[in-house]
Amino acid sequence: MSTLIEVEHLTRYFGKILAVDNINFNVKKGEVLGFLGINGAGKTTTMQMLSGCLAPSLGSIKINGFDILREPLLAKRSIGYLPDTPPLYKDLSVKEFLFYCAHLHAIPKSDINLALDIVLTRCGLTSVTNRLIAHLSKGFQQRIGIAQAIIHNPDVIILDEPTVGLDPLQIIEIRELIRELRQDHAVILSTHILSEVHETCTHLQIINQGKLIAKERVDSITQSINESSLIIKTAFPIDAESILSIKGVRNLEVLSNNQFKINFKLTQDPTQQISETIINKGWGLIEMSPSKQNIETLFMALTKANNNS
Amino acid sequence: MIFTIAIQEFKSHFKTPLAWVLFAVLQIILSYLYLTQVETFDLMQDKLVGIEGAPGLTDIIVTPLFSNAAIILLLVTPLLTMRVISEERRNKTLPLLLAAPLSDTDIILGKYLGTLALLWLIVIIIALMPLSLLLGGDLDMGKYLANVLAITLLVGAFTSTGLFMSTLVDHPTVAAIGTFGILLILWLFNISKTMSDQPNELLEYLSLLNHFQNIQTGLLSTNDILYFILFVTFFIVLSIYCLANHRSQK
Repeated sequence: MSTLIEVEHLTRYFGKILAVDNINFNVKKGEVLGFLGINGAGKTTTMQMLSGCLAPSLGSIKINGFDILREPLLAKRSIGYLPDTPPLYKDLSVKEFLFYCAHLHAIPKSDINLALDIVLTRCGLTSVTNRLIAHLSKGFQQRIGIAQAIIHNPDVIILDEPTVGLDPLQIIEIRELIRELRQDHAVILSTHILSEVHETCTHLQIINQGKLIAKERVDSITQSINESSLIIKTAFPIDAESILSIKGVRNLEVLSNNQFKINFKLTQDPTQQISETIINKGWGLIEMSPSKQNIETLFMALTKANNNS
Repeated sequence: MIFTIAIQEFKSHFKTPLAWVLFAVLQIILSYLYLTQVETFDLMQDKLVGIEGAPGLTDIIVTPLFSNAAIILLLVTPLLTMRVISEERRNKTLPLLLAAPLSDTDIILGKYLGTLALLWLIVIIIALMPLSLLLGGDLDMGKYLANVLAITLLVGAFTSTGLFMSTLVDHPTVAAIGTFGILLILWLFNISKTMSDQPNELLEYLSLLNHFQNIQTGLLSTNDILYFILFVTFFIVLSIYCLANHRSQK
């Protein structure tokens, strides 16, 4: 698979403040890279530099093989960028605005209408096509921002907090959209919602105080910790001993009446035995869900360790 | 690509009431001034008949109309140019242009031409007024066209200054005041001519009014035309430089 983004020794100073400190990473086609970090960690600065809106102090960025400083026009042809505030001309209608964006990205005249139709459907904007952007809700404006970033079908899509201000239903739609886009693009998105990384990203990158402190595949994070947990709710009280005796189970925390959390080793996943035991003993299994706190655990551990050192 | 931005910029002025209100106000003021000039001519007509080489219709009506228009446009241009870049920066819409495959030159030239088109529209409206005199008299067309050329170039110079100030500062009002300050100073440089016996040659060359009046007389010289071309180029290049600099903000 081809590498679409190559970042080497990327550094950015604002005066004496070091905002981004010697970051290196690559993103290949088909990858969705989640950028995690607390506020002020340097996520937005990095994204601004990737999109060519901000020049790096040191280091190089190559988009689709073109250096963004030396050949900016060629590099930018492959970029779709949604900044943290969607750049919208609020006195235009949705269609007028996207039409203008299509022109800016040099989409051939004959293809514009088709591109417009595709992007309106993809981002769920067909019902508001002719309305003024200023009159639309924050969620719609965010979607127009995304539409603007993907209208020219760029190889690299950079989304700075794409799900901010959306309602739960829209968040799910946007996640679907990102998963769809993943097929033939490279996507970078920043967020501070940890579960989002789990849902949409293939890779995860944690940035803290301008430094890259972790880069992992999302599906390998759980393995690297080698511990996972289940949250279980039953109708009747259970006998803790018989659960603890199952191979692989490490411990059991009681969360509330008839609700508890079981931590176990991933190498000996005991989920099946646990469910069988509960059912056989007639405790009335109501709920059993894998806990998604793995990324959170990793994130907290890493940022804390880094801040202390 | 430049024209895409220019057309969008031109249209955007009409999305707010600003352009419409300016058009209306300018039209009222200028037609009032125009009619006063026509009346002056009417009163002087009898006396002028007897004098040989007396100023004609064009000198009495057209030239003062364009001179007045120039002063009014000096006040109006900063209002139109103030938001061109600075408002984009404030509304955070500038990344749309910065992340698109456009050079800084494309962005600045597009913005410049779009705003200039609006001001040239105002010039056309001004230029149409004296043509109504053709119904009952004769105009010195050479002089008339020289006046139109003079104001066209002048407006180009005004716009480039306004665009530069708008690129330089984040706040539209500050951009407007800055533009107004620069233009007024450049306009008044030639006041030294009337105040002292030995005018400063450099200041006189820099004066916008001086070159504007030279062209107005109908005496076209490359010196004056070149002045305006240099003036516009200077501020456009500064604007491009300034926009590029914004990207590498310290």
